[in-house]
Amino acid sequence: MKNALRLSSFGAMAVRILFAAVAAFPIVFMLVSSLKPDQQIFGDMSSVAAFLPIGNISLDNYTAVFDRVPAARFLINSIGVSAVTVVLGIFINSLCAFGLSRMEVRGKRVVFTAILATLIVPFQTLALPLVWWVNQLPYFELNGFSLEISKGWLDTYQVQIIPFIANAFSIYLYHQYFESIPKELDEAARIDGAGWFKIYRQVVMPLAGPATATVAILTFLPAWNSYLWPLMVVQSEELRPVMIGIQYFFQLNVSWGEVMAYASLITVPVVILFIAFQRSFINSIASSGVKG
Amino acid sequence: MNKRFTRILATSIAAAALAGSLGACGKGSASATSEGTSEITMWTHNAGNPEELAAIKSVVDSYNKSGAAKAQIKLQAFPQDSYNDSVVSAAAAGKLPCIVDIDGPNVPNWAWANYLTPLKLSADLSKNLPSTVAKWEGETYAVGYYDVALAMLARASDLKAAGVRVATIEKPWTREEFQDALTKLKALGKWQYPLDMGTAGSGEWLPYGYSPFLQSFGADLINRDGFQSADGTLNGDKAVAWAEWFRGLADQGFMAKKSGKDSTQDFLNNKSGLLYTGSWAADKARAALGKDLVVMPSVDLGNGPKIGGASWQWGVTSGCKNADAAMDYLSYSLKPENLATVAKATGTIPATDDAAALLPAFAEGGANRIFMEFSRNYAVMRPETPAYPFIATEYGKAVQDILAGADPKTVLDKAVKAIDANIKSNGGYKS
Repeated sequence: MKNALRLSSFGAMAVRILFAAVAAFPIVFMLVSSLKPDQQIFGDMSSVAAFLPIGNISLDNYTAVFDRVPAARFLINSIGVSAVTVVLGIFINSLCAFGLSRMEVRGKRVVFTAILATLIVPFQTLALPLVWWVNQLPYFELNGFSLEISKGWLDTYQVQIIPFIANAFSIYLYHQYFESIPKELDEAARIDGAGWFKIYRQVVMPLAGPATATVAILTFLPAWNSYLWPLMVVQSEELRPVMIGIQYFFQLNVSWGEVMAYASLITVPVVILFIAFQRSFINSIASSGVKG
Repeated sequence: MNKRFTRILATSIAAAALAGSLGACGKGSASATSEGTSEITMWTHNAGNPEELAAIKSVVDSYNKSGAAKAQIKLQAFPQDSYNDSVVSAAAAGKLPCIVDIDGPNVPNWAWANYLTPLKLSADLSKNLPSTVAKWEGETYAVGYYDVALAMLARASDLKAAGVRVATIEKPWTREEFQDALTKLKALGKWQYPLDMGTAGSGEWLPYGYSPFLQSFGADLINRDGFQSADGTLNGDKAVAWAEWFRGLADQGFMAKKSGKDSTQDFLNNKSGLLYTGSWAADKARAALGKDLVVMPSVDLGNGPKIGGASWQWGVTSGCKNADAAMDYLSYSLKPENLATVAKATGTIPATDDAAALLPAFAEGGANRIFMEFSRNYAVMRPETPAYPFIATEYGKAVQDILAGADPKTVLDKAVKAIDANIKSNGGYKS
């Protein structure tokens, strides 16, 4: 009996290792290939050597990446844009979900349904009208002591951030999570003299940590991976995010070692974020039954 | 908890402030790009190609410092693969720069869409390679510094071992000789597939690379008389014969239905014996193989060897407020020394003989002169119609379907139906 149990747990572990290895292969290949010259990458492709840091190993590809692309600038841009989108997204979407979940307002179901309905419209269909729209928006700029007003947000940071702060999925996620928090807590707080914002701030949000972690990750990933939108609205190199940078490598003669080095560089922040929020992320997904 | 939330709120406010300040930085850059009359912006597709970008920048710098500049040129570079999307978005927002880079076959479409204005240059274009001057409806809309040419690369030692003669401009391989050469090369047993046609390629490579074979069979992408229908041209007997021949190369095991991602590298790693590629691969191949490399013309499939003509070119946008300065810059940039600078940096074929004379590789007897001859002798412009981007997409899909095993006639009929419907729905793409 004991042996059978041991065998079955060994089998389960073997299956897990197999799945983990399959999932890890592309990342290992990327990291290992980023250290090899092109000729060796293709030469090693037909054997297990493709996954091993052997042969002519160096950091030359990383040096070349910084020669070809302003990678540091792109990384800073993406970190800034993603971080601001996440922080503002958490605040705005949780506030919206709080109103829809806790406050008794006529028509809130219709509003909530309308918000959810936007989920079925793919961004690609909205992209071009949105370009026209953001190009009509006014922009206020402080120049010395005078306030200047100009038209159009193209080629700015805010055009990469503001359209993505309000997010139907984040509102839905918060709404569902808030629904699981007993309303009696609100009532107790109200008896103690708390207003709506205080209840949101001091009662509901502190209990919504896992939802916040999930929203943070689910907002960060598309912001970090954003490609189509910046392609359409950003013209200056100094404002471009990391994903546009990958296109710099696809010339007539592609240097795959450099592609892998750049891909490794831009993957690191995502991995760090996921590791940092992993536990909350999994908890939230498990409790809300939502797939990312 | 209370403190924690206060921190979150404070961070949100700080983030909002950061968004504002980031925005301010961004706007500062944007205002610099706004089109005035003393500074005009020029977009180029070569971000990520430091050599070409540096060459273009040196031309711009020399114009800006020339003293005779009618405006200062500000250069903005975009990655090639996403360049067209950036241009189309900017056009939708009415934010096109004064001067744009354009892939040659797209010029009629951009002219039809009123992105471009006809060129009025002081430079003489009559001596340029024909494929470097883009015309539509009798007007010149764009001009290129260079062209590229398709060719067959092989190792002389392999051809010798297989008993295959080296094809030349005077005597290119016929269809039968090509079949014989592939059979003999395969018999050497050195490669799983002796021929690499870059079948993993996508996008513009598909019409650029494979429509010349179609044309060599006597068919075409569209009936060029009026450019109103592809019926009978892209789905006629000759087109079907091309499709069957092309798929036959894969069916006989001469080439992979889907090649490796980097055909040049595979050829250099000796994973193929015969590479169908462009002149851009020649310098890399020559550096690796030295004198063993042979550069041969494409195959004559009945109507002479054909290769695609036209590469990246320059045009002036119709909304440019200082078109006079834009035209002046383009005229200046077409000087032989500027063309030579760019061609040297890119390994491409300079647009004029005067520029070629400044480059040993392209001068008479130079290692790359043969590509210039290919371009002069075999280049066929992709159809000069605004419908071209649609035709290219449909043809590309047809190529992939044919390779995947679909019935050639059915696939080509479907492509023709889609192309004709598109032309009709756009009113024949009349100007």
